[in-house]
Amino acid sequence: MTDITARLDALPGLDPRAPLLQVNDLHVEFRTRDGVARAVNGVDLWLNPGETLAVVGESGCGKSVTAQAIMGILDTPPAHVTGGEVLYRGVDLLRLPETDRRGVRANRIAMIFQDALSALNPVYTVGFQLAELFRVHRGTSRREAKRRAVELLDQVRIPDARRRVDDYPHQFSGGMRQRVMIAMALALDPEVLIADEPTTALDVTVQAQIMSLLAELQRQRDMGLILITHDMGVVADVADRIAVMYAGKVVEEAPVHDLYAHPGHAYTKALLESIPRLDFKGQPLSVIRGLPPALTDLPSGCAFHPRCAYAREICRLEPPPAYRIAPQRITSCHFVREVLGV
Amino acid sequence: MSDVVLETRGLVKHFPARRGAVRAVDGVDLHLRRGETLGVVGESGCGKSTLARLLVALEKPTRGEIRVRGEDLTRLKGAALRRARRNIQMVLQDPYTSLNPRMTVGAIIGEPYDIHPDAVPRTGKARAVQELLDIVGLNPDHLNRYPHQFSGGQRQRIGIARALALRPEIIVCDEPVSALDVSIQAQVINLLEGLQRELGLSYVFIAHDLSVVRHISDRVAVMYLGKIVETGDHAAIYEQPTHPYTQALLSAVPVPDPRLRGRRDHIMLEGEVPSPADPPSGCRFRTRCWKAQPACADHEPLLEIRQRSPHPSACHFAEIRDVMRRF
Amino acid sequence: MSDFTAVSTAEAPGPRAGRPDSGPRSLAGDAWRDLRTSKVFWIAAVLVVVVLLMAAWPSLFTSADPRDCVLARKNAGGSGGALFGYDFQGCDVYAKTVYGARDSILVGVSATLIAGLLGLVVGLLAGYLGGWIDALLSRLVDVVLAIPFILGAIVLAKRLSSDPESNGVLAVIVTLGVLGWTTAARVMRSAVISAKNQDYVTAARMLGAGPARLMVRHILPNAISPFVVVLTVLLGINIAGEATLSYLGVGLKGDAVSWGLAIAEAGPYARTVAAPLVWPSVFLAATVLAFIMLGDAIRDAFDPKLR
Repeated sequence: MTDITARLDALPGLDPRAPLLQVNDLHVEFRTRDGVARAVNGVDLWLNPGETLAVVGESGCGKSVTAQAIMGILDTPPAHVTGGEVLYRGVDLLRLPETDRRGVRANRIAMIFQDALSALNPVYTVGFQLAELFRVHRGTSRREAKRRAVELLDQVRIPDARRRVDDYPHQFSGGMRQRVMIAMALALDPEVLIADEPTTALDVTVQAQIMSLLAELQRQRDMGLILITHDMGVVADVADRIAVMYAGKVVEEAPVHDLYAHPGHAYTKALLESIPRLDFKGQPLSVIRGLPPALTDLPSGCAFHPRCAYAREICRLEPPPAYRIAPQRITSCHFVREVLGV
Repeated sequence: MSDVVLETRGLVKHFPARRGAVRAVDGVDLHLRRGETLGVVGESGCGKSTLARLLVALEKPTRGEIRVRGEDLTRLKGAALRRARRNIQMVLQDPYTSLNPRMTVGAIIGEPYDIHPDAVPRTGKARAVQELLDIVGLNPDHLNRYPHQFSGGQRQRIGIARALALRPEIIVCDEPVSALDVSIQAQVINLLEGLQRELGLSYVFIAHDLSVVRHISDRVAVMYLGKIVETGDHAAIYEQPTHPYTQALLSAVPVPDPRLRGRRDHIMLEGEVPSPADPPSGCRFRTRCWKAQPACADHEPLLEIRQRSPHPSACHFAEIRDVMRRF
Repeated sequence: MSDFTAVSTAEAPGPRAGRPDSGPRSLAGDAWRDLRTSKVFWIAAVLVVVVLLMAAWPSLFTSADPRDCVLARKNAGGSGGALFGYDFQGCDVYAKTVYGARDSILVGVSATLIAGLLGLVVGLLAGYLGGWIDALLSRLVDVVLAIPFILGAIVLAKRLSSDPESNGVLAVIVTLGVLGWTTAARVMRSAVISAKNQDYVTAARMLGAGPARLMVRHILPNAISPFVVVLTVLLGINIAGEATLSYLGVGLKGDAVSWGLAIAEAGPYARTVAAPLVWPSVFLAATVLAFIMLGDAIRDAFDPKLR
């Protein structure tokens, strides 16, 4: 049905000149038996076409929940988006009717996950699952849909695509499966791709293949890419900008070179120092003491203060404001000067 | 070498499969000296986890010997095997599944003493358990809690305490930090290093993360499809790798430094690891290797010191290539 | 111990939640502490105790004789003497219900115990040992499961109760037990298989733990929950199964009194007078519910994660 695309082009408030994707003050909480877990507490992000934004942080920092909120695939209950907006070209996706939201999800913003095996339906061939997308969203004929499925598998470098299109997901290796999922995500030419830990389950040599494939596809399509990961190494290789999350907040956002060279938040700095390096042996790793906070019971003030080497009284009492320390750099740390060493 | 605490010779483990066998470990010789850490790296399917299970006698090898202080572990049974187990223990990968959820921390750490009553220190079991908790950096008062009340890093500490209870000389660590967050990884790695210094432990440290292995290891063995393809001290492996697989592996590891973008030696391997049920003839890496010649299919390269490889390397065309250098 | 103890302690603060600790505790001890504060447990326990008392000493609850039936009182309503009135034969419904507890509970609990024991042993062995033993036991389960329950029960119960002197209780218990263990065995087997592949079992094997310790300390405690649920459901099925068999004439006989018999007898007259059908049914339902609640509460108490 081509009218899906037509409808998406006529969304009220759609402004082609507006930023591709912009998240403002997003709040998400999980209401569970054990209390309210505040998973996302005021996240701001933006993304331009052709740009790679990496969202990094440890488990429980809210990076995946943010992605799911952008996609509109959170399970409610227990998850509730309690505030903020997700603007796609000026249209707030959070206020869109469900049918339009679904359309945006497949056609404009797509997502790939860590676990490709469970994201693909085991009882259908990958060709059928790909063709289904064209048939449902584009009204393509069976034949044409199949042809485009082969073409897509070819694009994600699956060898012998013409034959493999009739294979089932379990017949693909981990890396090939991830390629199939990328093909599914890109089938309808989205403008934004969100990749949630896309290579975490893969071996390093395969990871390198997948990351270079993603980079290449992104270049070809001038697509905006949000890469969600915990791996500071992968990020250093591919990202343009990085948003570091801690306890449901973006604590620092910076162009990739600045972030690694001069981290502007105590957490970023400590995180970078605690990673073992491939390129030199190094002495005892410096350690971030303690544990990430429980989301049901966040510390007062700056959520990182109980683990922070720079923390003083003010960190416990007041949440740090967002300081703009350079044109594209924002950091929320009371002691940004000390951390930067200026 | 009198200070070798663990040695394997021709270690082979084949698992029966529908047709033929999965050759998980296919002729591994290694040794571990007192107080050192041997890192074993490789991708999934290389047999490193099976090797770990063989070393702690969870699996019986198809062939070969495992000598712990000169005694062949594979020939021991019953009480003798149980006694031998006291000297070689393992820390498992997943701290969430490796602790019985229905036992208190005290019961988990105390269980080694229930199984080996003669290993209980003179001060008594309760005291010993508290000391172990203290050693791994947990509050000794927490012995009545259950595993789910602890975070991943703390649980891994509990697993380490359990492995230490019988005062082993050797600890096999099977991906001990791969399930942990970055900031917690560092805590556990530092703990393992501290324990090694204090207690004179020897580690076999199995991991897929080459950065972590470099950090903790004295020597490194690189595995591919059931075989060690290259081994040497950490500087030899990381700065002067001679096997193409090691070189490719190292070049694929992302380094957290964006200044190195485009300035590193990137070797992009084709395809994925072949199935260990049907490994390629001759050199097993030849199907993905850019140096492969027809001879590689016929002659299996032995793991030995070669003209252009100052340390043992299983490649006919072994040659140093410093993939870590920056352009 | 130089600096590392100090450093590592500083890195790892205590758990996020928990009670203050004192001397060493066991899972059973913790479970009991937990049960004591559970409302569901106490309601279920009181009900079960009342029913058990009723089964053991029915005279505590009524002075009337359930077999003292006078046709003249047929279908009479409730009065001071007979709380629930009289049935179509003029028997005291309340007294019959109270006295019926004994055989119903006896049959239900005993048959469930037999089935549970069979299921536990078969499931544990099949799941733990695996291989051809598993194949053999699993086929045995399939064979027993393939027997149509009513047909099998009629044949078996008839054969077992050939002695005209017996009241048929033992025959019914054995019949229900022998035919009813299969689900329990299947559930046990799959729970054991998933538990035995857990890393903590590997860890215990590595320490040198023998099969007995592995099963008792590690596998069974982690495999028992679904099994307990099946048993509590099975208890209800067995009490109702006794009623079915009695109704079909191969269950309790002679002057036996049970809820099943009472329900079976009262069925055809339910339109005239409901009480003889309703009250044994209510007691039966309450008893089954009480056992299910008890099973749930105990299962939850033994799961530290739910605390």
